[in-house]
Amino acid sequence: MPLSTQSQADIDQYILIASLDNARNLSNILKAISFKDHAIFNATQNGLKVTVEDSKCLQANAFIQADIFQEYTIKEDTVGFQVNLTVLLDCLTIFGASTTPGVCTALRMCYNGYGYPLTLFLEEGGVVTVCKINTQEPEEPIDFDFCSTNVTNKVILQSESLKEAFSELDMTSEVLQITMSPSHPYFRLSTFGNSGNAHYDYPKDSDMMELFQCTKLQTNRYKISLLKPSTKALALSCKVSVRTDSRGFLSLQYLVRNDDGQICFVEYYCCPDEEVGEE
Amino acid sequence: MLFKNNIVDKQYIMDCVATGGNVKVLAKAIHSLSRIGEELYLEPLEDGLALRSVNSSRSAFACFLLSPLFFQKYQAPSDQSFRCKIPIKSVQAVFKSLSSLDRSVEKCRIQLNSEKSRLTITLHCKHGLLKTHNLSFQDCESLQAVFDKESCANVLQAQPRLMVDTVLHFPPSQEEVTLSVSSDRVWLRNHVEDDADSSRAMMTELCLSSEEFDHFAISTQTSITFCLKELRGLLVFAESSGLPISMYFDEPGSPVILSVTDSVLEANFVLATLSEDSHPKNHGKSNTKHPDTEQPTDDFMNDDMDSFLIAMETSELPGPSHVPTSPPHPVPTNNRKHPASEEEQEEALAEGPPNKKFCSLFFGSVLPTLSQLTNQTIQSQEVLASDSEDENQAETS
Repeated sequence: MPLSTQSQADIDQYILIASLDNARNLSNILKAISFKDHAIFNATQNGLKVTVEDSKCLQANAFIQADIFQEYTIKEDTVGFQVNLTVLLDCLTIFGASTTPGVCTALRMCYNGYGYPLTLFLEEGGVVTVCKINTQEPEEPIDFDFCSTNVTNKVILQSESLKEAFSELDMTSEVLQITMSPSHPYFRLSTFGNSGNAHYDYPKDSDMMELFQCTKLQTNRYKISLLKPSTKALALSCKVSVRTDSRGFLSLQYLVRNDDGQICFVEYYCCPDEEVGEE
Repeated sequence: MLFKNNIVDKQYIMDCVATGGNVKVLAKAIHSLSRIGEELYLEPLEDGLALRSVNSSRSAFACFLLSPLFFQKYQAPSDQSFRCKIPIKSVQAVFKSLSSLDRSVEKCRIQLNSEKSRLTITLHCKHGLLKTHNLSFQDCESLQAVFDKESCANVLQAQPRLMVDTVLHFPPSQEEVTLSVSSDRVWLRNHVEDDADSSRAMMTELCLSSEEFDHFAISTQTSITFCLKELRGLLVFAESSGLPISMYFDEPGSPVILSVTDSVLEANFVLATLSEDSHPKNHGKSNTKHPDTEQPTDDFMNDDMDSFLIAMETSELPGPSHVPTSPPHPVPTNNRKHPASEEEQEEALAEGPPNKKFCSLFFGSVLPTLSQLTNQTIQSQEVLASDSEDENQAETS
């Protein structure tokens, strides 16, 4: 196998090695958060966390657990770096977007440490490509300080029903307003666009609603341009949890099944656009 | 309050509910109309809900009349005073994902609350999902083209498949086609402007025998040229509904009317045809001359107008106040199909009719207060209503 022709010396110098038989198990989930060029990688014993931020108001994280990888070796407690996500995705999909069954790109991702590039060995059909992507000093991701003890309202929906709503969102509206309440309208997405306003109401007893835990009426607005990218994560997912805390911060957590049926998570955090106030 | 209960216990000026497959039909009608013009004119009448559209040059008009039976519930304003226009894109946005509409939407409700200035369209979907769209609208005068199917000399009726297959041979960019009929044949060919380089133009011509048609009643052999693009909306609708398409036409210059009807709806697409003659025929009916300072686009955009605009004759005629006493018959105007510049327009008016031009369709502004207009109003409405069909048109039940 071409990927294993590296010498033992080469392998020893890497502080992080992660291998996948199917690179799509990484590239697909990274596409769900690829709304900006730069991503912060943070690897621990548990796996890989990739973070993308926008305007200090939005943060998206993709989690790929260690057991998703066919090989996962980490020599330090945490390994962090920043890379151009667009370039990384281009490399991961370098053999094209072919979905011929049985044919996939194998990946070995290696990192020597601070100052070294991220090295990708990609193989498909006996052809090997080596990519070295420059890394930067990782920025500290924003801590949204969103903790589950502070959650006011939470719902878990099957993604199918939200997908339609998100794909139909009136983009002439500056905001997406989310209303959550123990009483009618329960869970409502609203837009205020050029032609008028639109409301999408999900009742608490809908069969799409897997969990409904709303303690008080909350209405918050978020910049629609910030949330629109989350549609990609929604498209990949089968379930989504929507939570708001007492400050009106939004947490969207998506359960994604990869090609092999394994579970990964993507989450989005977003600050509210303005204080609408609680009635 | 953020969410007043906007569905129950209110006084509604208008309240219509479409269910099941009819929601998709309604959506398709709207999509068809979007192929004609940018605005949707909505008018709930006693006869049903009228959805209309017209193109910017007033050379194409379409109207869908959905009878009260189309709806599970139909409540129109008692004094029939409500009509509005909405940018058609806004309404189309309500009915996105057309293909899954019949699977996901159980019920569609269109309401106007007397207090609000918005039209509310509510979609009751599967899994309890409720989509509510509050659309802003503009008040407007009633939009109605003047046409009379019964007086047309020629009538054809065909299955939509035939028309769709025929039209397939013309590229999507093909603007105009010429339909010629004889006693037993129909030809369709693309229309090329005289000044185009004929050596480079591709000519396509199809010939259909009268046997291909469900109904073939030609009393005048003629050739008419009209815009194909605007027709495609109707073809798509007819094909999906499986209803036969009827064509009514006369000599060049008179509009061609394409019609699709079933027991609960009637769609009419009225397209102007090129007038070939330099001296348009005088139909022997008295018509008013349109005030010659007005251009079609300005006229009909002016929703405050009081005057009743009627069919125009190019020859010498009395002033604007004259109203036709006989059923109005569309006749050629001085106006070009694509009103270009002001200058061109005035030039055309001054010289007399140019050799080739599309007729602008004629619109009645329905103002029931003027007694002289009552006839006209009734005429217009008669044309819309499904019982105005002539006997020789083979009706589907």
